Amino acid sequence: MEKNTIHIDSKNNFFGAIRSLWSGLMLSLRHITKATKRRQPTYVSDPEYFTQKEGLVTLKYPYEAIPVPDNGRYRLHNEIDDCIVCDLCAKICPVNCIEIESIKATEEIGITSDGTKKRLYAPKFDIDLAKCCYCGLCTTVCPTDCLTMTKVYDFSELDIKNMIYHFTDLTPEQAQEKQELYEKQQAAAAQAKAEALKAKQRS
Amino acid sequence: MLALIICIGVILGVVIALAYAERKVAAFIQDRLGPTEVGPYGMFQAIIDVLKLLQKEDIIPAVADKALFRIAPIIIFAAVLAGFAVVPVSPDIISSGAEVGIFFLLSIVSLDVIGLLMAGWGSNNKYAVLGAMRSVGQIVSYEIPAGLAILSAVMICQSLNLQEISFQQGILLNQFAGLENEKNYLFGLKALNIDVTAVGGITTWNIIRMPFLLVSFIIYYIASLAECNRAPFDIPEAESELVAGFHVEYSGFRFAALFLAEYTMMVLVCLVATILFLGSWNTPLPNIGPLKLATWTTGTPGTIGANLWGFFWLMSKVSVLLLSQIWLRWTYPRMRVDQLMQLCWKILIPASLVMVLLAGIWRLLMI
Repeated sequence: MEKNTIHIDSKNNFFGAIRSLWSGLMLSLRHITKATKRRQPTYVSDPEYFTQKEGLVTLKYPYEAIPVPDNGRYRLHNEIDDCIVCDLCAKICPVNCIEIESIKATEEIGITSDGTKKRLYAPKFDIDLAKCCYCGLCTTVCPTDCLTMTKVYDFSELDIKNMIYHFTDLTPEQAQEKQELYEKQQAAAAQAKAEALKAKQRS
Repeated sequence: MLALIICIGVILGVVIALAYAERKVAAFIQDRLGPTEVGPYGMFQAIIDVLKLLQKEDIIPAVADKALFRIAPIIIFAAVLAGFAVVPVSPDIISSGAEVGIFFLLSIVSLDVIGLLMAGWGSNNKYAVLGAMRSVGQIVSYEIPAGLAILSAVMICQSLNLQEISFQQGILLNQFAGLENEKNYLFGLKALNIDVTAVGGITTWNIIRMPFLLVSFIIYYIASLAECNRAPFDIPEAESELVAGFHVEYSGFRFAALFLAEYTMMVLVCLVATILFLGSWNTPLPNIGPLKLATWTTGTPGTIGANLWGFFWLMSKVSVLLLSQIWLRWTYPRMRVDQLMQLCWKILIPASLVMVLLAGIWRLLMI
């Protein structure tokens, strides 16, 4: 400890200055001599993590990466099979990065894994991850836990349009077909209602 | 013409290696990896950077003084390159064995200042002018201690011819025309009566022939750092205050030329330091009794072996000096302008004047 402490008491202390300059040179030399060592990209839980005190710290990123924790919360993912298209996530999103359209189904179309009944199709479920602020509010409000944040954090794209993720499982044709089915059912119901009304008036 | 082509080729090679070394040393001092992507260990990074600079657009500011702006990098580079004309590489290879070698070198290299001023003024940018003024002020000031330090070495050698100075510092002393009857004494003191003419090696280097020249060498080394705008004297291009000093408006090839001139200047000042103080192309190994280390590592003048040995020793010494320059750059913070001038005028110049006096006394003792 004493050895490395340099005390310069006056402004014009020539030898003090020389000693200080020399100790600076030796400091950088020590770093050069330790350049053969490299710190390993270990996670903080690794027992070696705090013992790697010397060596180069650069992480050659695409080739090496520090492990992401299992509960890392980065890219959004929607499990569309479990989604009931309730629109809560789109409503709570502070940056409006989620866009949802819905088509009512003519009948019950399935059950999510937690037992909720699905009654809506989602012809459009887009998340613009270029806008996303990773606050995670959408995942907390999701009633069926189908919208989650995953460990994936490196998803750069050359074209910003590719940052919009489409989660829908319907093709536009299928969506069109479902829409028509619904309208047909509505029309049939309206007609039946009108006929019933007419019959009531006649009697 | 051939000498020019070889010279430019060697300089380009050294400069590219130097740019790579600088990045790696900087990285290692800062616990980083440095370039790794281009080629093994990122070796081709410097070459790729040169190619990148060459294909960049050549931008000349609209209201710049176009003639000055265009010519400045050429003048700077030409001035530095011309300095190599008198630098000996081995006992036989020297572009010009001019009798006034070191004098020519000092005067032609100081043309550099005109180029810097032209670049700063021609850019029509106040930061460029400020950078140029700082650069010129610094170089002009530091040429005085550098010149005086060189003068003390020249006084010891009694010659301005760089090749003659080189011959004096080794076992080939008597093979130079005009020096047939000269003798080297240990520490240059005839009174000690230890003849080291045949011992050679480090014992005949100028810093041993006249031990106080070590101080001159340090003065010259510090002044030369300032002359090629190296840290801790890099105020002309203080990136935190001036962005890039006098070359802030330059782009593409012209910037590359300025960059190249700076690194070439580094090589040149290290060559001069080596020739004047560190034994030039002479081997550091002395002849000890039957171990003729100096003779073995010098070769017979006129043969390829001697030329290769000369080139090898000169370049090794220069490389060590260049590495030390890089090491200093990444260790020390930049000096303030007033500190810079104080160091020059209050410390280096008086010290080098004392060295000139001491060199004169030593020369009297040598004869």
